[in-house]
Amino acid sequence: MTTQKNERQKYVEVNNLKKHFKVGRNAYLRAVDDVSFYIYKGETFGLVGESGCGKSTTGRTIIRLYDATAGEVLIDGVNVHAKKSRAELKDLNKKVQMIFQDPYASLNPRMTVKDIIAEGIDVHNIAKSKKERDERVYHLLETVGLNREHANRYPHEFSGGQRQRIGIARALAVDPEFIICDEPISALDVSIQAQVVNLLEKLQKERGLTYLFIAHDLSMVKHISDRVGVMYLGKMTEVAESDELYDNPLHPYTQALLSAIPVPDPDYERTRERIILEGDVPSPVNPPSGCRFRTRCPFATEVCAQVTPRWTEQRKDHWVACHLYDDEYKGNFNR
Amino acid sequence: MDKLLEIKDLQVTFKTYAATVQAVRGVNLTVNKRETLAIVGESGSGKSVTSKAIMGLIPNPPGKITGGEILFEGTDLTKLSERKMQKYRGNEISMIFQDPMTSLNPTMTIGKQIAEGLRKHQGLSKSEARKRAVQLLDLVGIPNPQVRVKQYPHEFSGGMRQRVVIAIALACNPKLLIADEPTTALDVTIQAQILDLMKDLQAKMDTAIILITHDLGVVANMAHRVAVMYGGKIVETGTVDEIFYRPKHPYTWGLLSSMPKLHTRQSELLAIPGTPPDLANPPKGCPFAARCPHAMKVCTEFMPDYSDVSDTQQVACWLQDERAPKVEPPETIGVGGRTR
Repeated sequence: MTTQKNERQKYVEVNNLKKHFKVGRNAYLRAVDDVSFYIYKGETFGLVGESGCGKSTTGRTIIRLYDATAGEVLIDGVNVHAKKSRAELKDLNKKVQMIFQDPYASLNPRMTVKDIIAEGIDVHNIAKSKKERDERVYHLLETVGLNREHANRYPHEFSGGQRQRIGIARALAVDPEFIICDEPISALDVSIQAQVVNLLEKLQKERGLTYLFIAHDLSMVKHISDRVGVMYLGKMTEVAESDELYDNPLHPYTQALLSAIPVPDPDYERTRERIILEGDVPSPVNPPSGCRFRTRCPFATEVCAQVTPRWTEQRKDHWVACHLYDDEYKGNFNR
Repeated sequence: MDKLLEIKDLQVTFKTYAATVQAVRGVNLTVNKRETLAIVGESGSGKSVTSKAIMGLIPNPPGKITGGEILFEGTDLTKLSERKMQKYRGNEISMIFQDPMTSLNPTMTIGKQIAEGLRKHQGLSKSEARKRAVQLLDLVGIPNPQVRVKQYPHEFSGGMRQRVVIAIALACNPKLLIADEPTTALDVTIQAQILDLMKDLQAKMDTAIILITHDLGVVANMAHRVAVMYGGKIVETGTVDEIFYRPKHPYTWGLLSSMPKLHTRQSELLAIPGTPPDLANPPKGCPFAARCPHAMKVCTEFMPDYSDVSDTQQVACWLQDERAPKVEPPETIGVGGRTR
């Protein structure tokens, strides 16, 4: 990666990150395989891809929920996977929080909302007294659009959208700088999704938060993100600013993914030409050689099977890993 | 147009410990031959219950069809005995469910599961049914059907399983196919494959489809007509163009506005405030009144009647009344990124 002179501060830097899971004797599932990207302070970075592409594993490895197999992650200059004392680890955990996909499974059904939200406050000794703890919880509930009467209730008394708000309040409780949102709206109804997304955007504006927004709904990702990364089978295939990515997708996979989204416009749907990909995603235990996408790529040639594509900057801030755009291999394609 | 299915004033309730939930409260629908009708709405709006009522799959108890008729080619399905209903289910009317992982039997080969309906409804012999199963797998685009027919569900990927489910549903050439969120569990590139397949098969087999979904993109892609459900009632029906380009109900406006647009940049999504009504204790008037920005006094008191906007479009909203103030739909419903 080039060291550009940029006024914007890179808050998170992921360099050559790998996460492999052992799935049998000498068999490894390469969930994340050599992924590099960075996130500027105060921006929303969207990470999209189909199920099994490694987007959630990337998110979890970034905050050390998983230990990385190789590579490094720097958050605000701190190496996440380096050896850390308890205090250092606690410090990191205070800066980075996570919002999970399933609002039903991610809240302990036997705890009251107050205790769920205050867990982080207790762990980090943020509140000096019981009264201060309560006040903080009430304030957080109001911040996310619930009210203080909800504090003594249990999760089952809330709807999906309200639960997700509780999850957001819990993440905010320790005043984090960086929040990883792992499919935070996938389980919600359309009209409720918009409520939660608007809340996340409002909080970002007020608190200067940095988001990593993981999702498979590309239209929502485009709406919320400043920059977007597309993953396929453990590899990053393309990163660009969100408008640029949607207007000028370079990688054949990104093009296919965008063309596959049904748009809520009947006229457009009747006339549009779709790129329909053949087949399924191969297994990450035994991924194809060279470019991972070549088995489904309409442009693939021999060179794609032999050489892994390089990660290159094709336009300003628009990175892609594909031989179609590599000067050395361009000649192999007749397009 | 030929009516295939007509639902008149359908009412379905479920008894729970706490209360009786009125899941479907007077639904009227028609499905014509060879058309695709999409039913859209949020979870709990009654769209799945309506489709299960058509199939005679409402578990009783706790569920019960408490009123109305479901006329399939003139026969009222709600009055049929279970035995007679079995002649329709899987034969004349069949269903595709949301989750292809759980709607197949893990202990039976794919071939056997496809053959089951063929042998029961069409009286095919074992070998005939097997032959037909191979043809069906080929039809739904599964490579190597001779080999695949002997395999078990776990040997198939999600998209392939959904193709198998479609093959089972279409085995007896049904006149009506009910697809309940057929692509929700699938990835977008696989979803595109399955939608394409369904359209292709519909053209080949002249099947009418009821498509239940919350994804308006899928609706725009597949449907000829759309019914919008809210709080156990249909609030608006119309052709796909009418619903997307000339919607009349504030809930339809809200649904279209809360979708992010792919081709334009907006600063904020227009969310519908609040949550859907509790159908154990349904509101007296219009179910959407509590969340509607244009609600008037009458809305909370009385349910509006359907008014005809055109021959094909009906809407249940007091704004259609001549005494109501003129309300223009919000700009934000401009669909697909193009302004209307």
